Amino acid sequence: MSVVTNTTTIGAIDAPSRRNTELMLLGFAVAIPVFAYINVGLALDGELPAGVIGYGLGLGLLAGVAHIVVRRFAKYADPLLLPLATLLNGLGLVLIWRLDQSPRLMARSDFAPQATNQLMYSALGIALFVGVLLVLKDHRVLQRFTYISMAVAMVLLVLPLVPGLGADVFGAKIWIRVGGFSIQPGEFAKIVIAVFFSGYLMVKRDALALASRRFMGLYLPRGRDLGPILTIWAMSLLILVFENDLGTSLLFFGMFVIMLYVATERTSWIVIGLLMSAGGAVVVASFASHVQSRVAAWIDPFGCLETAPAGSNMINACDQMTQVLMSFGSGGVIGTGLGQGNSDLISFAANSDFIFATVGEELGLTGVMAFLLLYGLIIERGVRTALAARDPFGKLFAIGLSGAFALQVFVVAGGVMGLIPLTGMTMPFLAAGGSSVIANWALIGILIRISDTARRPAPAPAPSPDAEMTQVVRP
Amino acid sequence: MNKPLRRIAIFCGILVLALMIRDNWLQYVRADELNTHKLNKRVEIERYAHERGNIIVDGKAVTGSVETDDSYYKYKRTYTDGPMWAPVTGYASQVFGANQIEKLEDGILSGNSDQLFFDRTMAMFTGDKKKGGNVVTTLNGKAQKAAFEGLGKKKGAVAAIDPKTGRILALASTPSYDPSSFAGRLKDDEKAWVSLNKDTDKPMLNRALRETYPPGSTFKVVTAAAALENGKVDDIDAPTDTPEPYILPGTQTPMVNHASGCENASLNRAMEVSCNSVFAKLGDDVTRDKMVETAEEFGFNNGEIDTPVRAASSVYDRNMSRDGNAQSSIGQFNTAATPLQMAMVTAAIANDGKLMKPYMIDSLVSPDLDTIQQNEPEEMSRPISAENAQLLQKMMENVVERGTGSNAAIPGVKVGGKTGTAQHGENNSKNPYAWFISYAKGADGSPVAVAVVVEDSEARRDDISGGGLAAPIAKAVMKAVLSDK
Repeated sequence: MSVVTNTTTIGAIDAPSRRNTELMLLGFAVAIPVFAYINVGLALDGELPAGVIGYGLGLGLLAGVAHIVVRRFAKYADPLLLPLATLLNGLGLVLIWRLDQSPRLMARSDFAPQATNQLMYSALGIALFVGVLLVLKDHRVLQRFTYISMAVAMVLLVLPLVPGLGADVFGAKIWIRVGGFSIQPGEFAKIVIAVFFSGYLMVKRDALALASRRFMGLYLPRGRDLGPILTIWAMSLLILVFENDLGTSLLFFGMFVIMLYVATERTSWIVIGLLMSAGGAVVVASFASHVQSRVAAWIDPFGCLETAPAGSNMINACDQMTQVLMSFGSGGVIGTGLGQGNSDLISFAANSDFIFATVGEELGLTGVMAFLLLYGLIIERGVRTALAARDPFGKLFAIGLSGAFALQVFVVAGGVMGLIPLTGMTMPFLAAGGSSVIANWALIGILIRISDTARRPAPAPAPSPDAEMTQVVRP
Repeated sequence: MNKPLRRIAIFCGILVLALMIRDNWLQYVRADELNTHKLNKRVEIERYAHERGNIIVDGKAVTGSVETDDSYYKYKRTYTDGPMWAPVTGYASQVFGANQIEKLEDGILSGNSDQLFFDRTMAMFTGDKKKGGNVVTTLNGKAQKAAFEGLGKKKGAVAAIDPKTGRILALASTPSYDPSSFAGRLKDDEKAWVSLNKDTDKPMLNRALRETYPPGSTFKVVTAAAALENGKVDDIDAPTDTPEPYILPGTQTPMVNHASGCENASLNRAMEVSCNSVFAKLGDDVTRDKMVETAEEFGFNNGEIDTPVRAASSVYDRNMSRDGNAQSSIGQFNTAATPLQMAMVTAAIANDGKLMKPYMIDSLVSPDLDTIQQNEPEEMSRPISAENAQLLQKMMENVVERGTGSNAAIPGVKVGGKTGTAQHGENNSKNPYAWFISYAKGADGSPVAVAVVVEDSEARRDDISGGGLAAPIAKAVMKAVLSDK
C-alpha cells in the first residue's frame, strides 16, 4: 500500500496535458479563417473563392503539424498559445488576400500582392516553431549564450546601416536585402536580446536590487550598475536616430525596463526608465523631422493636413493618419463586412502597418475588440507562463517576450488608432511581412517551451527503500 | 519575482484596455463625424458603387449610368440630351457634387433613402444588387424640345406649366451645359468644370428658376388683375381716365408710350397695344399696398416656391414710393420675376383664377417600380375671381388676335398672350429683355401656360420685339403640348 504524495505546487499527480483542448481549439482556429476567406470571396465576386480548399487544407496542415510536434515534444505546454497564434495568422492571411484584390491598390506601382508570400512565410514560421521545439529541449540552455546573444542582437540591429545591405524603405532603415528577400532584423533581434537581458539580469539582479542608496523614497542604483541601462538607452536612441525606427527603439527600451523591474523588484527602475524615455523622446523629437511629422499627425491629423506644406513628409503622414481614422470611423460598431470596406484608401502600407484599420473598417468595433482580446489572451498566457516558470531565467525570458509582444501590439494598434504617435511597426501575425511572422512564431515556440517546462509535473520522488521497510509490517 | 510579474500583468491589461477604450471612442463616439467627414471619399464611392436610379420623362430615362474602369467610382452618370434637360435634372458628379433633382432626390436615386428601407431589406435577403429608385417627372419631352430648340443660340429661358394641375411641362435655359461633361473624375471632367464656371455666359445658371428679370409689359396682366379685383375697372371696354402724356405721381417725369392712342384708352385696348400710361395710372389708383397684395397672391415675394428645386424669389417691392409703384406696375423699376413666376401668373389666369402649386416631380418609384410617393396637384392661392380671370383671358386673347402678340396665334386654337420688352441697365443702355407669356385653350380649359424670356434681343424698345422674338418660341411649346393631347 504505497501512497504517492505530491509536493509540487502545480497540478495533481497526472497533470492534464490539455493537448485535446488544444486540438479542439485549433479546429476553431482553422475553421474561422476559412469562413472569413469564403466571406471575402462572396463579398467581392459573389462566388466561392477558388483557393478556399487549398487555403483551408494549407492552414489545417500547418496547424496539424504544429500540434503534433507540441503533443510529442512539449506535452504539458499551454493549450491556448498555438490556437491563438494560428487564428491570428489565418485571419491575417485572409485580410492580406482581401487587400490584394483591391483594384485601387493594384493600380499603385509600389504595391505587390502579398498573400502568397505571406502563406510561404507562415509555413516558414511554423517550421521555425517546430525547430524551436525540437532543438530547444530546455530553455535554460540559452543561458549559456547570454553574451553571444548580445553580440548577435547588436549585429542584427546594426545590419540595416551597412551600406549595400540595408534598404531604406519609406523612410525607415530597418530592412536588409538578401537575394530577393528583404528581412527586418529587428524582429529577430527582439528575441535574441531577450535572451541576453534574461541571462544578464538573472546574474546581476541582486547587485542591481540591493546595492543602492535610498533617496527621496527611491532606491537609486550605484553608478556602475547604471551602466547597462544607460547602454541600452543609448542604443535605442541610436536606432531611432540612424534607422528612423521609433517602434523598435521603444520596444527594446520598454522590454528592458520591464525585465529590470521584474528582476530587481524595485519600482525605482520604472521611474528611472520613464524619465529616460521622456528625455530621449524630447531630444529625438527636436531633431528628427521623421518623428516630428508623426507627432504632428498624431496631435491633429485633420488640422495638420491643411497646414503642412504640400509634398512634404509631414503631409503624407497626416494624410495617412486621417485616412486611417476615417477608415475606423466608417466601420462603426459592426463594420461594413469583410471585403466591403474601403480601407485600401489608406495607400501603400494598407496590408502591413495599417492592416488593423481594415479590421476596424470591415469588422467594426466588435471585430477590433475581438482581435484585441486575442492579443490580450496571448499576452496573458505569456505572463502566466512567466508566473508558473520555476527558474528565474525562464521567468525573465517569458516576461520579456510577453512584455515585448504586449508593447508591440500596443504601439502598433495605439499608433494606428491615433492613441499614440505612429511608429511604423507591424501587427504581430496580422500584417504582411515575412520577418515579423517568422519571428513571432519563434516567440510563440519559446513561450510554449517555457510553459511546458513550467507545467510539467515534477517527477515523483523515488521510493525510499528505508521508508518501505518501516511501513511494511512483517509477519 | 512574482509580485512584479503580477504588476506587469496588470500593466499589460491596462495597455489592452487603453486600446479598447480608444477604439470605442473612435468607432462608436466619433464614428458619425468621421464617416461623414468631408475628406472621407467613402460616401461618394458608395454613391457611385452601383447604378444610380434614373430621372424619367415621358416614360423614358433622360439619365443613365455607365460602368467605368475607374478603381474609385464604379459607375458614372450619363445624360441623354444633357444640355436640354440640365435645368431639370441638374448634375451628379463624382467629384463636384450634385444639384437640383440629382441632389434633392439623391436618397431615392442612390437607393439610400429610408423610403427604400423595405426594398433594401428584401434585396438583402434575395441577394440582389443594390439599385437606386427612379424619379418620374411631370415634364413633356416635346414641349421641352420645342422650348430648347426655340431658344437655340439665344440666351434665355422658358417655363411652361399645366394650369389645371401646376405640373411643370417645360423648363429650358440657354446657353446650357452638358452635365455628362464633368460627371467623372478625370482631367477632362475637371477642365470642363473649370471652364463652365469661368464662362461669363453662366451656362450653369438655371435661368428658368434661378434668374430674375424685370418682367416689363407682361406684368401689366397683374396690374390689370389688381385693378379688376379692387374695383378700379368694372368694364374693360370703358375708357379709362388717362391723360397723354401721363406724368408719374410726385414727379415731373412723363410716362413714355410706344403705342399711339393711349389717351383714355380702355383697359382692353391698353392691353392690346400695351399702353404704359394706362397701367402706370391704374397701378397708382390701386395703391401700392393693394398691388403688393395681388402680386404676392400670384407668388411674388415668396422665397419658398419649391418645385422641389427652389425658385428664386420674384420681387414686387413692398416699400417703394408712389412713382416707383407706378413704374413697377408696368414691370419696370424694382419689379423682377423669374420665368417660372410669369408662367404661374399666366397659369392662374388661364385656370380661372386658381393658382396651382408648380411641381415637376410626379412620383418616386422604387427599383422594383413600386410607387413610393405620388405627388398630387395642390392649390396655392386664388389671386383673382373666376369672373375677373375670364375678363383677363378675353383681353389676353385679344392681344393675340389683334394686338402685339399675333405671332403666337395658332389656327383653330384660342390663344391668349402678352408681350413685354423690359429695359435694363443704366439709362436703359443694355439690350432689353424680350418677354412673352401665353396660354392655349381648348374646350375644357387650358392645358398649357408658357413664359418665355430672351435676354439678348437685338431689337430695341418696342413691344413688338417681345412678340417677335419670344412669341414664336411660346407658340412652338404650346403646339407641342396641344399635339400631345
